[in-house]
Amino acid sequence: MGRDMEMRVREREPATLGDEGASAVEIVGATRQFGPVVAVNEVSLSVRRGEVLTLLGPSGCGKTTLLNMIAGFELPDSGFIRIDGRDVTEVPPYQRDTGMVFQNYALFPHMTVFENVAFGLRMRGLPAAKVKDEVGRALEMVKLSGLGERRIRQLSGGQQQRIALARAIVIRPKVLLLDEPLSALDKNLRGQMQVELKELHQKTGLTTVFVTHDQGEALSLSDRVVVMNRGEIQQVSTPIELYRNPVNSFVASFVGEINRLPPARHMRRGRELLLEFPQGVQLVTSAPPRDFEEGRKVHIFVRPENVTIVPAVEDLRPNVVRGRVVTHIYQGSHTVTRVEVTGLGPIELRMRGGEVMKQAPVGANVGVEIDLSEAVFMSE
Amino acid sequence: MLRKTIFWLVVALILVYMTIPAAVVLMTSVSPSELLEFPPSGFSLRWYGRALGYDDFQAAFVNGLIVTAIASTTALLIGSGFAYLVDRYRFPGRGALEGILASPLIIPHFTTGLGFLLLGSRLGLAQSYVLVAAAHVMLVLPFVTRSVYVSLRNLDPNLERSAANLGASPWRVLRRVTMPLMVPGMVGGWIVAAILSFTEFTASLYVTAYRTQTLPVAMYTYIREYTDPTIAAISALLILVTIVVVILADRFLGLRRILSIDRS
Repeated sequence: MGRDMEMRVREREPATLGDEGASAVEIVGATRQFGPVVAVNEVSLSVRRGEVLTLLGPSGCGKTTLLNMIAGFELPDSGFIRIDGRDVTEVPPYQRDTGMVFQNYALFPHMTVFENVAFGLRMRGLPAAKVKDEVGRALEMVKLSGLGERRIRQLSGGQQQRIALARAIVIRPKVLLLDEPLSALDKNLRGQMQVELKELHQKTGLTTVFVTHDQGEALSLSDRVVVMNRGEIQQVSTPIELYRNPVNSFVASFVGEINRLPPARHMRRGRELLLEFPQGVQLVTSAPPRDFEEGRKVHIFVRPENVTIVPAVEDLRPNVVRGRVVTHIYQGSHTVTRVEVTGLGPIELRMRGGEVMKQAPVGANVGVEIDLSEAVFMSE
Repeated sequence: MLRKTIFWLVVALILVYMTIPAAVVLMTSVSPSELLEFPPSGFSLRWYGRALGYDDFQAAFVNGLIVTAIASTTALLIGSGFAYLVDRYRFPGRGALEGILASPLIIPHFTTGLGFLLLGSRLGLAQSYVLVAAAHVMLVLPFVTRSVYVSLRNLDPNLERSAANLGASPWRVLRRVTMPLMVPGMVGGWIVAAILSFTEFTASLYVTAYRTQTLPVAMYTYIREYTDPTIAAISALLILVTIVVVILADRFLGLRRILSIDRS
């Protein structure tokens, strides 16, 4: 118990001690196999102190297995896990000092709200008065003061979520682990909880590893995002970098909406790159991001917000192509329009408001202007 | 309309069929006649008075309580252990263990009774509660084990993980989370065992002596000698007590959920 207290005191000081102070969690070459399935394949990753790092990917990509490895519920077949510079690969979960919020919250149904939040502190042997203090503060932090004596099943989903958070942060864990904590909430509540999670992180400064399959959550909540697929890391970067410069087609299509144009032949023409699509359609980009190998086609990805509908008469301008409107999906602030574009196939674009539905009704022949300045290029 | 009528007719028939023996016994128990008669020719509670005052029934009632308490409690302890082992561990012989637990469903009660009787007299236990309780433990064990097993299965594994994550050692997880959450399943299993044990007849007929006879055995002995409605009255009392116990258990413990009759 004495040792636990000591560690807690140290945790409260600014984390500047020692060289290893920069990473709160380090995963080194971790592999985990379930039967024939490699859930996590040689993953190395370091979580910086105080950051919110998101593990993003489709179900079965290994993100939850990785989270469970940090918590100690899964042991890697090979590789190491370090928390605060200490090798915890073989350390059981209850000695790791992590705080986890489960997807279904996993609140203890036979205990009151207070007892739930107090559980971790009591396991650490804190005196009753101190426990009461800390629980009070944690409940205040999640804006649920006064609910201490409630039973768990008397709480709404949103309240349960907050209690689960309070229970995890009250122990001041070395790392806070969130396993899709918002997925069980309805949409409005989810938006609200995103804001609250952000505020909570600003208040506590806890190093956080957040698992989600929702790219919107990942982009809005993280300092850095780790995109995973089939047990491997695809890309680690800031949300903006991830959205603007995905490193491969998986990341490009998983993060945000994106149009994938058919493979194009490319030719350098002075400072421009000329792209040739089927049916003689040509696009041109002024700033080729890099050289592409001769004779191999390029794949181009364009975000819906970089495509606009223009009156068909302007189709002589560069990068304007003819198309026919297929559907409109009105979403209030914007309308998602699908256009069948000559040589490029179906393309989705996003325009503000709903005027586009009047100006270019379904079936209308329109010009489609494609802005390639933020497009992503990948060689075949 | 017709389909609805047929539906309710079928439901009514099933209900009548399931309750008819009890109803007949209940009606007979209030008959004023000296003989078992159905339908009753009048109304009287005199046989209830006799049933409650009859020495053999009183002694058998107490015997039954003793045997039931020993048997269900023992079965609960063994059954909980078995259930935990089978749920949590993969070990050689796990399948065989499950099979053995189901064997009382395969071996007829009178075989069990006869076996225990032969064994008991060899060991000089023929007059002892131990023999009766031993037979009953074996008969109710599958039901207790199943009840505890179901509540273990329904236990969200994340609850135990969560406790461990918050710093609880495996022993503390068991004591603070797993055990408290298993209490309803254990109590439910105990009650089912108690009812089965208290009303068990076939095996009890072999393993009880006059000194240790349980209520059903005393009732059987009675009906072999007398033909008055006392036997119907004691039957009715037994049914009423059982109904009250089951209703209380359902009300306070969710017996239906424990026995996984409904999974909501």
